Amino acid sequence: MREITYTEAAREALAEQMAVDPSIFVVGEGIGERGGNFNTTLGLYEKYGPMRLRDTPIVERGFVGMCAGAAMTGSRPVVDFMFIDFILDSMGELLNQISKIQYMSSGRIKMPIVLRGCIGIGGAAATHHSGSYYPLFVHIPGFRVALPSTPYDAKGLFKTALTGDDPVLFLEHKLLLNRRGPVPEEAYQLPFGQAAVIREGSDATVVALAIMAPKVREVCDELAKDGLDIEVIDPRTLAPLDMATILESVAKTGRLLIADETFGPCGIGAEISAQVMEQGFDDLDAPIARLNGMHTPTPYSPSLEAAIIPDKAAIAQAIRDLVAE
Amino acid sequence: MINATDELGAEQLLALYRVMVLIRRTEERLARAHQMGLVPGPCHTYVGEEAIATGVCANLREDDVVFSTHRGHGHALAKGVSPRAVAAELFGKATGCSQGRGGSMHLFAPEIGLMGTSGIVGPSILQGAGAGYSFKLLGSDQVSVAFFGDGAVSNGAFHEGLNLAAIWDLPVVFVCEDNMYATEVAFRDATRVQDVAGRASVSYDMASVRVDGNDVMAVYQAAEEAVSRARAGQGPSLIDCKTYRTRPHAEGMRDGGYRTAEEMESWKARDPIAAHAAWLIDKGRASAAELEAIEAEIKATVDDAIEFARSSPFPEPATAADYIFSRGA
Repeated sequence: MREITYTEAAREALAEQMAVDPSIFVVGEGIGERGGNFNTTLGLYEKYGPMRLRDTPIVERGFVGMCAGAAMTGSRPVVDFMFIDFILDSMGELLNQISKIQYMSSGRIKMPIVLRGCIGIGGAAATHHSGSYYPLFVHIPGFRVALPSTPYDAKGLFKTALTGDDPVLFLEHKLLLNRRGPVPEEAYQLPFGQAAVIREGSDATVVALAIMAPKVREVCDELAKDGLDIEVIDPRTLAPLDMATILESVAKTGRLLIADETFGPCGIGAEISAQVMEQGFDDLDAPIARLNGMHTPTPYSPSLEAAIIPDKAAIAQAIRDLVAE
Repeated sequence: MINATDELGAEQLLALYRVMVLIRRTEERLARAHQMGLVPGPCHTYVGEEAIATGVCANLREDDVVFSTHRGHGHALAKGVSPRAVAAELFGKATGCSQGRGGSMHLFAPEIGLMGTSGIVGPSILQGAGAGYSFKLLGSDQVSVAFFGDGAVSNGAFHEGLNLAAIWDLPVVFVCEDNMYATEVAFRDATRVQDVAGRASVSYDMASVRVDGNDVMAVYQAAEEAVSRARAGQGPSLIDCKTYRTRPHAEGMRDGGYRTAEEMESWKARDPIAAHAAWLIDKGRASAAELEAIEAEIKATVDDAIEFARSSPFPEPATAADYIFSRGA
């Protein structure tokens, strides 16, 4: 199978769907003729013009609120935030309007809107360009949250986002964007709420999100040389969250670590941990462990930046500790 | 300007009267129901401002859309939502226009273009612009209307929404209902520039007009021009309606301290319904008997709506989390 980058894969899904659905339009800063700061829309403006590739002023609240109205009246807006940090200026429109209007209208209004942007720490982007924020959206009823970690998942999940009727956060870790992987040329969709077991094992389960998925898998491949047989699960979507796959794995391994680059308090690891204790307590042979980035704004200097994210040594140590419990 | 009074027939003139009376009498009964504990939540009435929703919505087709405010009963009724569905929603009943999930501040009837009243000040402006974007993208000649009060004018949504609608020539009519107070904060204390129409034209190069919001004919005429402009693809407009609410911000709230009895009385003397009635009779366009017949007809309609609301069932508790997503879950 041919290999393309994560960004190319997501763009292919967008291009395929824009070709068949004239109600899709993209808004963002520099997503028109320029093709997007991260090449998310490269080549599409020439085909579809300014009504469908709409460069905007820097008014996140304004164009998110505008896209809500568009989604309510027959369009499918894709908001390209570039860096997801910029979404914060539009939180009122998201949490008070976009997530609630299907409910308030008793399902008679649809809200097919895709909100995409880069997340994650890396490249000395500093604190206004390094956020992730997905636990906030998982907390709120009404959002789907997709967090692909491979080019294959990026294309399939983006396609699903573009064909559903719900608001979807589609979050792309900036250190994954240029990673290559096998992606079918034909169109396909991946259902939300279906985790991927990206490495099978029997000694412990690690649930790894976004950039942590490939990092943890690489660590586990090295740990295998020491005889540790670790299962790695990438949930791929956080809302809905495929707890069945996680519980099934924990029933097999008896041990669970959740590895997530973003904050621990009230985070995804806390939620998964609580659900496993509610539904799979008897399967546990050791306390559930979490490995998170430091609970701090992201610093600029490379030495400080490196200090706040779990590196491979930290991941390996966390797994060894868990197995030794 | 074309004189709207010349082009409207007696039937249309009476229709404006009928809608204003329908809004007034429905809300009077809802306010009473609120006092009796039959409306479990907040209730912000539109009493005194009826001419605006009436004059604007009389220019809309059923497939045109309206984005409204927390003071939205009048917009809903003028857009064609039945008094039964509005009353039942305020009573929290399953037969309400939002099936009991919304209440006064979240009335929805998308089938006839009521895209929601709202508990947050500002988003109607942005969503109204967005519907305009949809219609332009999809090649439809539908028109979008965003209602908002003076309280929204100092909010960022006003600047962002008007600017976006202007730069992209969206088919939107922005209707500012300047009733002089945002909750209890005077507009004069919230801005150095109370000329909302002037802001639209100077800041956004947008067609705009200021009208007496208590004169239904003036509102009708301004809306006719704005809606025609939008439908013809000539871009957005703003109508700056100066008006006044003669009841408290919300039912049951203390109304003193921020406005005077003299001010209140001066506006009550300019009641939009009484003014239209006097105009109709003075110009010989309707008789007192015709107006009384309308009152009687509306009384029966509202009696029926309140009884419907009272006798309707509450929603099933098991449905409390329905409709969060489009396909169950």
